[in-house]
Amino acid sequence: MAQHINKKARFHSLTANRLLDGEPVYLTGDHDWSEVLSDAVIADGKDEGAKLMDVAAQAVKDQHVVNPYLFDVDVDGTTPKPISVREQIRATGPTVRLDLGKQAS
Amino acid sequence: MYRYDEFDHTIVKERVTEFTGQVKRRLAGELTEDEFKPLRLMNGLYLQLHAYMLRVAIPYGTLSGTQMRMLAHVARKYDKGYGHFTTRQNIQYNWPKLKDVPDILDDLATVEMHAIQTSGNCIRNVTSDQYAGVAAGEIDDPRVWAEILRQWSTFHPEYTFLPRKFKIAVTGHSNDRAAIKMHDVGIIIVEGDNGEPAFDIYAGGGQGRTPMVAHLVGQKIPARDLLHFMDAIMRVYNMHGRRDNLYKARIKILVHALGAEEFARQVKEEFAKGGAGEDLKLPDGEIERIRAYFAPPAYETLPDSDAGYEKALAEDKAFAQWARTNLADHKVPGYAIVNVSLKPIGGIAGDASDAQMDAVADLAETFSFDEVRVTHEQNLTLPDVKKSDLYEVWKRLDAALLATPNIGLISDMIVCPGLDYCDLANARSISIGQMISERFADLDKEHDIGELKVKISGCINACGHHHVGHIGILGVDKKGVEFYQVTLGGSADENAAVGDIVGPAFTEDEIVGAIETIVETFVANRKDGEIFLDTYRRIGIDPFKETLYAAA
Repeated sequence: MAQHINKKARFHSLTANRLLDGEPVYLTGDHDWSEVLSDAVIADGKDEGAKLMDVAAQAVKDQHVVNPYLFDVDVDGTTPKPISVREQIRATGPTVRLDLGKQAS
Repeated sequence: MYRYDEFDHTIVKERVTEFTGQVKRRLAGELTEDEFKPLRLMNGLYLQLHAYMLRVAIPYGTLSGTQMRMLAHVARKYDKGYGHFTTRQNIQYNWPKLKDVPDILDDLATVEMHAIQTSGNCIRNVTSDQYAGVAAGEIDDPRVWAEILRQWSTFHPEYTFLPRKFKIAVTGHSNDRAAIKMHDVGIIIVEGDNGEPAFDIYAGGGQGRTPMVAHLVGQKIPARDLLHFMDAIMRVYNMHGRRDNLYKARIKILVHALGAEEFARQVKEEFAKGGAGEDLKLPDGEIERIRAYFAPPAYETLPDSDAGYEKALAEDKAFAQWARTNLADHKVPGYAIVNVSLKPIGGIAGDASDAQMDAVADLAETFSFDEVRVTHEQNLTLPDVKKSDLYEVWKRLDAALLATPNIGLISDMIVCPGLDYCDLANARSISIGQMISERFADLDKEHDIGELKVKISGCINACGHHHVGHIGILGVDKKGVEFYQVTLGGSADENAAVGDIVGPAFTEDEIVGAIETIVETFVANRKDGEIFLDTYRRIGIDPFKETLYAAA
C-alpha cells in the first residue's frame, strides 16, 4: 500500500482512487467519499489516521475505491491543504492542462 | 504492412473476451484489486495519478491511416480528446474509465490493434527504426524481424512471467535510430557471410536507476537462428535473473554480475544444446511470408529533384525551414521521409489531439501509401512522400499545428509525463520541457545551436531517457520540493553512452537558466561543424561545471 506520510507530520487526510473510473477521491468526516479535497476529514495524529485507514479498508472490500493512503496536510481552519506537490497536483489536475482534471469542472 | 492472419485475429479477440470477463468480475466484487492488478497490467491498464491509463501497442511503430483514425476515435469517445505517443512507440490514454476499457479494446481489435505486451513482466512490444524500409543504406527492413519476434514472443508461456519487463529493439541501419544499445536486447542487422541478413545481438542495456550500455553477445547470427539465439538469451535470463529484488531483476544486472563474456558463454552453451532450438529454426518460407507483408509499395519512377518542390523551397521561407529539419533522405529517387513534430514550442511532447491524429491519417492515406510511423523520440513519420507533394503536405501539417520545424533541435525533446500524470514520478517533466522550448523558441537560434537532444524524466525510472540525452534532466524530490539533476554527454545512437552527472541539482526556477548556461558554454567552446555532443566529448565536463557553479 502506498505511503505518502512523513513520520514527523501531524495532520493527515486520506485519499484513494474510485474503482470505476480511477478518479481521486477523499474520505469525508461522515465516512463518505468526495471528489473535492476541501471535503476531506483531517486526522490529528497517528491513531486517528489509522482509524481512517480502517474505514478505507472497508470501502476497498466494498469495491468502491482502490489504493487508499494517508497524506500529509497543513490545516487552514478546517480545510486540509496538501503539503506535497504530488498531492496538490492530484487534487486539481495536470499543471500543464488546466482544462483537465478537477480544476476543469 | 503486416496484416493479421486468422490466428492473430483469434488470439486478440479471445484476449478481449477474457479481459471483458475479468473487468466484469472485478466490478461485481468477485476479484480483489490484488487479484485484478496483474490481469489489468497484462492488458496495458495502469492506475495513475488522476485516472486509469491505457497503453496501446503500436508494434515497431508502424500504423495505417485506418489504425491512426481509430486511435483518434478512442481519444474522442473514451478519453479527453488526445493521446500521448511514447518512447516505446506506443500511445497512452490518460483518462479512460475502467468500465469502458473492454469497449476500447473491442474497438481497437477491429483495426488489428490491442494493448498486449505493453505492460507486465513479459517481452514488451518490439520497437524499431522509424525509417525502416525507406532509409538509404539500410541492410534489411528491421520490421520483418521485429514482426517475427512479436509472433514468437506474444503469449510465449515461458516468457509470460519473467523476472521483469523485457525490451527488444531492432535496427537494420548502421545509424541507430532505435536506441538498440539501451535495450535489454538490441539487434542490428548486418550482412552475413553468405550475403544474407545476419544479426549482431547486444544484451544487458537499459536505463532506470542502473543505466547500462548493452554488450555484444552474438555476432553475425544467421537469420534462421534468430529465434533460437533469442531463446537461449531468454532462458539464461529466466534461469538466473533475480526475482528477490525488483531493482536487480533486469537482464542488465545479470549481465553485469556475470560479466558480459560469461553471459555470452552461457548463452552460446544454451544455444549449442539445441533443445527446442531446432523447432525454432526459421524456415525460408516463413521468413519470406513475413517479408512479403513489408514489400515496398508501388513507387513511381521519378527524377530525384522536383521543380515544384525546388520552387516552393526558394519562395517560401517557412517551408524551407521545415524542409531543412523535418525531411530525411529516402532510398527511392523523387521521394522523401517526412517527420511530423509533436513538439510545438511550449507544447506537450508527444501529445496529439484527435483532430491531429485524423489529419495525419488523412495525409498518410493521400500521400504516403497509407502508412505512419511513431518514433521513439515521440514524433510521427510519413515514410513515403513524393517530393512533388511535400509543399501540400507541409501546408496541411501547418494547418493542423503539426509543422514545427525542429526535428533534432533543442526543442525536440523527449519528455515523460512526469508528476503531472504519473504515479511513480517525483517531479514534473512536461512543464520543464515547455519552459526550455519557450526559452529557445527563436528558430534561428535553434539552428545555430544545431543538433541537441534534451531528454527529461520525472523519476529515476528514466521513461524520458535522461541518461542518454546530450543534456539529460532528472526530476528528484527533496523533502517535497522538485529539483532537477543534470547529466551531460549521453547518447542513444550507435555510439551509445550514459551521461555524466554535472553536479548538484537545480531548483525548478534555476533549471532553464542552467540549460541556457550549458548551451552557451557549448557555443563558446565549439569548433566548426561540431554539434553539442562532439564538443562535450572533446572538452569534457569541467568547463560546464565551471560555468554552472562558478558563483556557488
